Amino acid sequence: MDAFLHQLFSGVATGGIYASVALALVMIYQATHHINFAQGEMAMFSTYLAWTLIAAGAPYWIAFVLTVGISFVLGVVIERVLIRPMAHAPVLSVVIVFIGLLVILNSLAGWIFSYTIKSFPSPFDGVIPGNAFMSPHELGIIGVTLVVLALLYGFFRFTSLGLAMRAAALNPVSSRLAGIRVGRMLGLGWGLAAAVGAVAGMMVAPVIYLDPNMMAGVLLYAFAGALLGGIDNPIGAVIGGFVVGVVENLVGTYLIGTELKLTVALVLIIGVLVFRPAGLMGKVVVIRV
Amino acid sequence: MATDTFAAVGSLRWIGIAILVVALALLPFAISDYHTFQFTQAISYAIVLLGLNILTGYNGQISLGHGAFYAVGAYTAAILMDRFGVPYWATLPIAGLVCFGFGFLFGLPALRLQGHYLALATFALAVATPQLLKYKKIEGWTGGVQGIVIIKPDAPFGLPLSQDRWLYLFTLAVALVMFLLAWNILRGRVGRALIALRDQPIAAEAMGVHGAFFKSTAFGVSALYTGVGGALGAIAVQFVAPDSFTTFLSISFVVGIVVGGLASISGAIWGALFIQFVPNVADQISKAAPWAIYGAVLLLCMYSMPLGVAGLLRSTVRRLRVRRPRSVT
Repeated sequence: MDAFLHQLFSGVATGGIYASVALALVMIYQATHHINFAQGEMAMFSTYLAWTLIAAGAPYWIAFVLTVGISFVLGVVIERVLIRPMAHAPVLSVVIVFIGLLVILNSLAGWIFSYTIKSFPSPFDGVIPGNAFMSPHELGIIGVTLVVLALLYGFFRFTSLGLAMRAAALNPVSSRLAGIRVGRMLGLGWGLAAAVGAVAGMMVAPVIYLDPNMMAGVLLYAFAGALLGGIDNPIGAVIGGFVVGVVENLVGTYLIGTELKLTVALVLIIGVLVFRPAGLMGKVVVIRV
Repeated sequence: MATDTFAAVGSLRWIGIAILVVALALLPFAISDYHTFQFTQAISYAIVLLGLNILTGYNGQISLGHGAFYAVGAYTAAILMDRFGVPYWATLPIAGLVCFGFGFLFGLPALRLQGHYLALATFALAVATPQLLKYKKIEGWTGGVQGIVIIKPDAPFGLPLSQDRWLYLFTLAVALVMFLLAWNILRGRVGRALIALRDQPIAAEAMGVHGAFFKSTAFGVSALYTGVGGALGAIAVQFVAPDSFTTFLSISFVVGIVVGGLASISGAIWGALFIQFVPNVADQISKAAPWAIYGAVLLLCMYSMPLGVAGLLRSTVRRLRVRRPRSVT
C-alpha cells in the first residue's frame, strides 16, 4: 500500500509538469489553432538559461524569475518573427515551421551547452516530518504548479488584459473591431506559454536531468494530457495532465514496466484522437460543408 | 505545333533521364568504396522520400513518423537474413509487404485525423519507436539494445565487383523500378485522386473518389516504399539497432521532402542527396551543426522556397523556355 501511495503521489507530481506543458500547448492552440511541436524544446532551452544563470552564481529564485522573464520575451519574439507570417499558410507549412524551430532550438542547446547530461538543482530540500510518500521536490513541484495555475486563472478571469486575450482567441475579427490589438494578444499568449513551459522545464530538470533531448517524453505526455482533457479547454488540459502523470506511473510500475512508458502516451494519443477527438471536456467541433 | 514542342520536350527529358541513369551506374567505378557506400545510402533514402512524398506531398497527410516504418523495414530485412538465412534480395519484397500492412493499419485510424492531429499521432509514433524496438518480449528477434549485425552480400555470378559496388548497383536497380512504379501511379487517375483529396477533399468525394480507400492505401504504399528503403539501408549499413531510429530520423525525412520539393518525384533525389551529404560536411564544424542547418533550411524553404529544389529547377527551366522564343522573334 505504501508503495502504491508513493507511486500515486509521484505520479501527481510529474502530472503537475505535464499539466503545465499541456496548458502552454492549449494556450497556443486556442489562440492560433496550431499545435506547438517546439513547446518542449522551448522549455528545454529556458531551463538551460536558468542553469547558466545559476552556474554564474545567481541565487535560485532570482535565476528562476529572470528565466521566466527571458522566456516570455523569447516566446513573443518567436511568435512575431516565425509564426505571424504563417498565419494563413497551409497546415503542412506550419507544422514544418514548428519542426524547424524544434530542431534549431535542440541543436543550439547542444552547440552552446554540449550534449553532456547536467544535473539541475532543486530549491526544495530537507525532510518533511511524517511523510514517507513524497520527496520534498515532488511536493514542491505540485505547489509550484498550483501557484502557476492559480496565477493564470486569476489573470484570465479577473484582469481586462486576460479578458482581451480570451476575446482575441475566441473571435479575432470582432475583437479587432472592438479595439483589441489581436496581433499583440497572440504575441502575449506565446510569451505566457513560453514562460509556463520554462517553469515546467525548471521543475522537471532535477528529476530527469538536463540534456537537449530531455523534453521529448514530457512533451509527448503533455500532448496526451492536453488531448485527453480537450485541446481547446485549459481546465480539461490541466486535469488531463495530472491524469496522464498518474496513469503513466501506475501503469509503468504495475502493468508493463518502465521501458514501454512512452508507448502508453502513444496509445493514449491515438486512442483519444480516434475515439473521442474532442477529449473528455473539449468542445465537439462541427464543420459545415 | 504545340504538341510537337511537347513531344520534343518529352523525348528530350527521356534522353536526359537515360544519360543520368547511365552516369549513376558508372559512378561507383570512379569513386572509392566508402563513397560508393554513401551513395548507396542516399539512394535508399531517395526511395523513402519518394514514399513519404506520395503520402505527404501528393496526398497531404502529414507524417512525422516515417522513421518507424523505416525501422520496420530495416528490422524485417535484418531478422530474415540473420535468423532465417533468407537471401538479401528476397527480404525486400517481404519488408515492403510487412510495412504495407503496418502502414495500412496505421492509416485506418489516421483517416479520422486531419492536419495537426495526424502530425501529432505520427510524431508520437516516432518518439515511441526506439522504446518499442528495445521491448524485452521481442528481444529474441530484435536483439534488444545490441541490435543485429548482418553480413554484406557478395556480387553474384562471380562478377568482379567489390561488395560496395555491387550493392550500389543493386540498390540503384531497385530504386529505378520503384521510381518508375511511382511515376506511373502518380501521373494517372490515382495521382489525380490523391491530389484532389489533398486540395479539395469534399469535392473529390463528391466526384466519386473513395477517400477512405485512397488515403489508407496511400499510407500503405508510402510505408511500403519506406520499408524497402529501410531494408536496403540496413543491408548497406550491415547493422540495425534501436537507437538509429529516433525521432530525428523521421524529422530528417521530412527535411528531405521539403528541401527536395513537396509533391515532386525528382524532389526525392535532391532531398536524399541533401540529407545524406550535408550532415557529413557540417559534422566537421560541430556535432550540432547538421541539425542547426536542417532547421534553418526548413524555415528558409517554408518562407522563400516552398516547392524545394525541384520547384526551383522547374520554375527556372520554365523561365528559360519562355525567354527563348522571344529572342527568336
